[in-house]
Amino acid sequence: MHPAPFAYKAAHSVEEALQLLRSHEDAKILAGGHSLIPALKLRLTQPAVLIDISKISSLRGIRRENGKLIIGSGTTHREIEQSHLVAEASPLLASVAPQIGDVQVRHRGTFGGSLAHADPAGDWPAAALAVDAELVIAGAHGTRTVHASEFFTGMLTTVIEPDEILTEIKVPGEGTPGIYLKHRNAASGYATVGVAVTATHDHGRIGTVTIGVTGATPVAFRASIVEHALNGHAVSAHLLDEAASHAADGLECLSDIHAPAAYRSQLVKVMVRRALGKLLHA
Amino acid sequence: MAVASPTRAFGASIRRREDPRLITGRGKFTDDMHLANAATAMFVRSPHGHARIVSIDTSAAAAHPGVLGVYTFEDVKGFISGMPCAWPTTNTGDTLKLATYPPLADGKVRYFGEAVALVVAIDPNTAADAVQLVNVEYDPLPAVINNEAAVAPGAPLIHDSAPGNQAFRWSLVGGDTNGALAHADVRISQTLVNQRLIATPLETRCAVADYNPASGEVTVWVTSQNPHIHRLLIALSTGIPEHKIRVIAGDVGGGFGAKIPYYAGEALCIFASKELGVPVRWSESRSENYVATAHGRDHIQHIEVGATKEGKITALKVTAYASLGAYPSTAAPGVPTWLFGCIIQGPYDIPNNEVHVIGVYTNTTPTDAYRGAGRPEATYILERVIDLVAAKVGRDPVDVRRLNFVRKDQFPFKVANGTLTYDSGDYELTLGKALHTIGYTDLRAWQAEQRAAGKLVGIGVSSFVEVCGLGPSSAANAMGFAGGLYDSATIRVHPTGKVTVFTGVHSHGQGHETSFAQIVARDLGVMVDDVDVIHGDTDKVQHGMGTYGSRSAPVGGGALRMAGMKIRAKAQKIAAHLLEVAEEDIEWVDDAFRVKGSPDKSKTIPDCAFAAYMAGNLPAGVTPVLEEQHWYDPENFVFPFGTHICVVEVDRETGETHIKRYVAVDDCGEIINPMLRDGQVHGGIAQGIAQALWEEAVYDENGQLLSGSLMDYAIPKASVMPHLELGHTVTPSPHNPLGVKGIGEAGTIASTPAVVNAVMDALSPLGIHHIDMPLRPAKVWAAIDAASH
Ligand SMILES: Cc1cc2nc3c(=O)[nH]c(=O)nc-3n(C[C@H](O)[C@H](O)[C@H](O)COP(=O)(O)OP(=O)(O)OC[C@H]3O[C@@H](n4cnc5c(N)ncnc54)[C@H](O)[C@@H]3O)c2cc1C
Repeated sequence: MHPAPFAYKAAHSVEEALQLLRSHEDAKILAGGHSLIPALKLRLTQPAVLIDISKISSLRGIRRENGKLIIGSGTTHREIEQSHLVAEASPLLASVAPQIGDVQVRHRGTFGGSLAHADPAGDWPAAALAVDAELVIAGAHGTRTVHASEFFTGMLTTVIEPDEILTEIKVPGEGTPGIYLKHRNAASGYATVGVAVTATHDHGRIGTVTIGVTGATPVAFRASIVEHALNGHAVSAHLLDEAASHAADGLECLSDIHAPAAYRSQLVKVMVRRALGKLLHA
Repeated sequence: MAVASPTRAFGASIRRREDPRLITGRGKFTDDMHLANAATAMFVRSPHGHARIVSIDTSAAAAHPGVLGVYTFEDVKGFISGMPCAWPTTNTGDTLKLATYPPLADGKVRYFGEAVALVVAIDPNTAADAVQLVNVEYDPLPAVINNEAAVAPGAPLIHDSAPGNQAFRWSLVGGDTNGALAHADVRISQTLVNQRLIATPLETRCAVADYNPASGEVTVWVTSQNPHIHRLLIALSTGIPEHKIRVIAGDVGGGFGAKIPYYAGEALCIFASKELGVPVRWSESRSENYVATAHGRDHIQHIEVGATKEGKITALKVTAYASLGAYPSTAAPGVPTWLFGCIIQGPYDIPNNEVHVIGVYTNTTPTDAYRGAGRPEATYILERVIDLVAAKVGRDPVDVRRLNFVRKDQFPFKVANGTLTYDSGDYELTLGKALHTIGYTDLRAWQAEQRAAGKLVGIGVSSFVEVCGLGPSSAANAMGFAGGLYDSATIRVHPTGKVTVFTGVHSHGQGHETSFAQIVARDLGVMVDDVDVIHGDTDKVQHGMGTYGSRSAPVGGGALRMAGMKIRAKAQKIAAHLLEVAEEDIEWVDDAFRVKGSPDKSKTIPDCAFAAYMAGNLPAGVTPVLEEQHWYDPENFVFPFGTHICVVEVDRETGETHIKRYVAVDDCGEIINPMLRDGQVHGGIAQGIAQALWEEAVYDENGQLLSGSLMDYAIPKASVMPHLELGHTVTPSPHNPLGVKGIGEAGTIASTPAVVNAVMDALSPLGIHHIDMPLRPAKVWAAIDAASH
């Protein structure tokens, strides 16, 4: 449990962090360290330099601008969990945050770190997909904005380039009802499967449903088949049953000693159905 | 909670006196021993389950700045060539094949994580870097993990010295089992897997060795449950004279059996310290602990039962394949044999029973005792069997338990195989109390309603008796244990009346500093706070066998009581002398010797102590000083018992088990401290529930440990524990000086089958009668899914 030697640099601004990234080969960003440090200790990764961005105050904080909720990438899970603004503007995010790890983990781990890490069992990716988050990425040539649907490219990989930093995440802030259901791995507490769902409905008719699923597959995904089957239809238990029964269609689920693929796909169906039931009261 | 009076010390829920130290970080654990110039030891470990070592190149590591030494088997074998086994047992002639257990791999690795080379460096980071620089070339061999596959023809051979990978065969026979099976109204055959578990104490194993070349003495701080046994085994295996070895096991953060064994890492710290002339420390990481520290359980059991149509069990036959892992650990052969087979009929009067154990080597971490050690494996069989019989004959499992119980008037009760005599018991009493607490009749009615509404709810009952307080030395010797199982106490009353107690048993979470002070405070009539308990240092404590098998209170406590009575006997002479009356004219009342008829005339033990140290005014023949020692060798084991009942709901769609209620009624004889007893029961139940639902050491077919970290090995968390409703009855042990029976393992033993029986009861409407542990959601759902197709 002793990492290989590395150099440590603390950045105090995004510019400085980007500069450090460019001037060091084999550097890695250190945010909350709650995914990176365990990997370092097991020597699964042995970067030459760590660039600590946790001291950059501009990366931290939650605000609402033009109806959107803007969350700095360095904001901790705990800050999101305790934010009244988040509770009001994005019930889904408010539902996810308290289900991550334990209190100690939530005090250190960051929203941006979790998204950038893209752990297949991470909780935030499901929610980012469900709210169609916009991820703002800073690089040498300014910033670019990527939608969650394009952000995750594979297991533990995203579109962030080695010389880029995720700076903030924008999510819709109009308070759309949402819920996150998580089946915890009894050992790790991570999601065997997690489903993040938002839904609007009016007088018994479904408006828009969005469903992000994590844990089941190497990359979190949107259960679009289910969404399409529901959007605009009248709410009924039968409709939800039928739609949810297709939630795992065509999935190639992960398999491990805790949950074979067949079990994961069962969980996807059951949990999507349960989340829909809670939001649509059917 | 302060205790006002010494007379009320015994039996009071006094808060743990060790906690302020431990909670405020002022404990002294092995890893807290920071000696000047200490070097760090680390191990290069095998990435294979089974492989021939082609070559080991240590040159790059040895040349790395800060590295003090790199060693392989060839380097260390002159110091220690093999790890000793202290329980080399069998009862079937010469079937025992004890493979050599080298301290570092000798030509071959036989399990994933086996130590191949030792690196010693100036600090942990340097050592970790150097470990990566040792280049080992392996030629992988086929591995064998499954216990039955290991002894099947054609299995990869692990040790040349153990043909067919068989370590031993062992049998106990009582009555005529085959005959009874042939005549039984109903017969059941069932295979049960009692899965491999990893103890996971909060503190991993550590050792610090400081060899003094000038005096030839070595001090070893080590995470041990039994420092004197460690000292003996170090002496025997290294040739360092026993009186030159001081073993100190100070604060130890949990053992659960896994800190009984003497491990190579500990011996090699001594080797390196001797070799390099500096203290050497070693501290396992969690991942290392998972491969390098003994695992537990790991049986495959084939069971045959015969019963009458009323459910009275007439015959029980068990054939168990028990894995020792790749090498025989310190107590390994004794655990799946004597500790398992003797108690095979549990609390039931089963006149005909047989148990046959095949000890096998597999390409896995060595196994040894794990909380309950053998008795959970036996209890699980019985409690599953009772439920299977009940289902077969169509009776309530509670009635079948009652029908089979050893009755209260049968004690002392000799088991059919003749090995044990249960001291006392009242199994109806704990069962009745548990049923009453949970409201069993109403509960079954509730279950019927829930089932009608489509819910999968189940009720699981588990009654047990365990054999503990290990044990009479004659029995231990007869069972092949290479040691006595007596224990010791020294009570030193200081001139001021304050008391220091030296005990040969060891606390690593049990709270002896509190409970043992309570025993002595009562017997000496002094305040608990005036009694300090010393353990864990071979230079301070006379001798002792340590703690396992729920022996601390029965054996260590028994010794304390007897030593306390010796103090009282001597003090009584002094008191009579000081009071100027005959000894017969005084009596012990309320913490003091009082003159019969004039109780105001009294002398306390501190009064007598002062006189004993002044020494000028002592009765004839009484020696100065007030200090006594007692070596207590129990005449029998003790047999705590109880009944646990668990209520579960299984989620039909996800296979998750939710524990709705949990009632535990235990009888451990007299109670020293109810709070500590409850703590032991709580922790035990947590571990037992975890075996039922979550914990499992999983290897792949190549011998890789897939559950090699807390990310994949599911220990119970506080957040998933149900509320526990505890109840107690008190049936004192008739032969124990304190009347106590031991409570350290009971919770673990009882809870596993209670939970599994509950889940199986929940699933029984689907026609599911058995699923092997752990009952992980995925496995339960798969069974439900298969049953509904
Ligand atoms: C005990 C424990 C339990 C946990 N349980 C859960 C759980 O239940 N659910 C869950 O989702 N997670 C869980 N986690 C993970 C936790 O949420 C981590 O905090 C999170 O995955 C990573 O965030 P971090 O800020 O710690 O990132 P770090 O560990 O510092 O970094 C992770 C990776 O992202 C990169 N990175 C970080 N920030 C940026 C950025 N702004 N721009 C570009 N790259 C960046 C780093 O270079 C690194 O590769 C757990 C962790 C622990 C230790």
